[in-house]
Amino acid sequence: MTIRKRINGFWLSIALALAFFAVVQLLISREMLNSFYINTLFFMAINVMLAVSLHLIIGITGQFSIGHAGFLAVGAYASAIMTMKLQLPFSLALLVGGIAAAVAGLLIGIPTLRLKGDYLAIATLGFGEIVRIILLNVDYVGGASGMTVTHLTTWPWVFACLLITIIVIANFTNSTHGRACISIREDEIAADSMGINTTYYKVVAFVIGSFFAGIAGGLYAHHFYIIQPTNFGFLKSFDILIFVVLGGLGSMSGAVIAAILLTIVSTFLQEYPETRMIIYSLVLILVMLYRPKGLLGTRELTSFFKQRRAAEGGIEDGNKHTVA
Amino acid sequence: MELVQQLVNGISLGSIYALIALGYTMVYGIVRLINFAHGDVFMIGAFVGFYAITGLHVGFFPALLMAMVVCAVLGVCIERIAYKPLRNATKIAALITAIGVSLFIEYGTIYIRGAQPEAYPSTLLPDKKIEVFGVTISSQSLWILATSIVLMILLQLIVHKTKIGKAMRAVSYDAEAARLMGINVDNTISATFAIGSALAGAAGVIFGIYYVKIEPLMGIIPGLKAFVAAVLGGIGIIPGAMVGGLVLGVIESLVSGLGYSLWRDGVAFIVLILILIFRPSGLFGKNVREKV
Repeated sequence: MTIRKRINGFWLSIALALAFFAVVQLLISREMLNSFYINTLFFMAINVMLAVSLHLIIGITGQFSIGHAGFLAVGAYASAIMTMKLQLPFSLALLVGGIAAAVAGLLIGIPTLRLKGDYLAIATLGFGEIVRIILLNVDYVGGASGMTVTHLTTWPWVFACLLITIIVIANFTNSTHGRACISIREDEIAADSMGINTTYYKVVAFVIGSFFAGIAGGLYAHHFYIIQPTNFGFLKSFDILIFVVLGGLGSMSGAVIAAILLTIVSTFLQEYPETRMIIYSLVLILVMLYRPKGLLGTRELTSFFKQRRAAEGGIEDGNKHTVA
Repeated sequence: MELVQQLVNGISLGSIYALIALGYTMVYGIVRLINFAHGDVFMIGAFVGFYAITGLHVGFFPALLMAMVVCAVLGVCIERIAYKPLRNATKIAALITAIGVSLFIEYGTIYIRGAQPEAYPSTLLPDKKIEVFGVTISSQSLWILATSIVLMILLQLIVHKTKIGKAMRAVSYDAEAARLMGINVDNTISATFAIGSALAGAAGVIFGIYYVKIEPLMGIIPGLKAFVAAVLGGIGIIPGAMVGGLVLGVIESLVSGLGYSLWRDGVAFIVLILILIFRPSGLFGKNVREKV
């Protein structure tokens, strides 16, 4: 009974998403959306992908990584090399971007994920900076002046990648592996003593997160005509971090909502970048002081409906009300 | 001789890193928090020094003193407003707040005075070239080195000879036990922030004189490198921060001396990752096992 309900809910949300896709596609093909809105929409989708992939690392597994822009950069440059230098098709380029970022995630994850808390944060920050400096010094990808990339990102591509990211990460979270990751977030030592291979799960979450960041990087590169190492500094990492933190550490719907909201805010504040950063920093400080678990905490948007049903004597609402 | 020249440059640069690293290490030792805003306190120090010199026409030492005082006050304010309410919160919450404070100081400064850089007046310290065995040393870097060494000796005296230093050591060892012994933990933490920030402010003025150009985002990279220096020496250990800073400065100068100056910033982070992998407790640290 509950399984059928859950499956129905899954297909219902897929159907809703496809309907949204069709409406936007229709609006784009009829040219009813101007390029400003389309730009914002694409940027929103890319940010949501980044937020969700970082949410898997920080929110679910509890590994405080602030080098996410590094994976974005690896994906962006790898896919740009594929299309611009090797003349390969866009689909393959996206995949290669994702895989390159995943390999980077594996390489950096295995040694650094033994570290905890602050140390991990600073090591991943250092990794992001190393990626940026390498890109800055390699002439093959244009050094500081960057690479020009053709515009290949279209709405169907963006939507498909976004949907796949959300489905994979949501299903991962609800699987055995996801529960193992949550147990690591709650208490690593306890999880270890329960027989969970903590290193394995941390690396898996890190690799999946960086894979999707890499795909987002591919979309990013093929949307902006030009990519430069300065686009991927740690301010970009902090941007992504803010989505996850504001939405709630451990809530995917929270991360999605925060990414959408903050993309809108930053589009409106594009002309005043320093105001935007002041608002961002105040948001970070105030949210941490008054709601340290973020706006939604570890709850998902759907759990608000489930709770009501549970109160009426319905299904149990999953074991999600734990503390980060 | 080239090597010796680079070594001298490295030591001057390293003494700046060491001064910033001391603040990191003291704060980390007492509240177990990476104070990301520390690099920005350093930037504020550089600007206070600059405005004191150009606006009030004071000399080097009064400017240094002013920067230290302003930064000490700023450090205490940051601690009281942003970090104190989070003392019992999760580590991630404290770290995110620290990032927020850092961004706020950077972009608040840009909002107030704009992002344009300023140039420190060069006539502040006598700049003579001294030749020693074929190595040219500018008298400026000797002044800088001397100032840093005096400040570090002063810090050692404060930590080991005064009452507040004793309280700091007690709180960093065990805050609860210190509280039971009648030590005012809050005041001690504030004092730590004040001393650490004052040193960062001094480093800011010294940096301005050494590198001439200052700008609102200048604190980020030296701040991160100073953190690397603190980790290198063993975070929470004061002599470790000094040695770590000097070692990092020398490594960097040698890398630029070999002609890889564009890779300079990367080297610091590679050093960090290597240290974290092979000796996470730093050069001077003891390995402490975590207990349940």
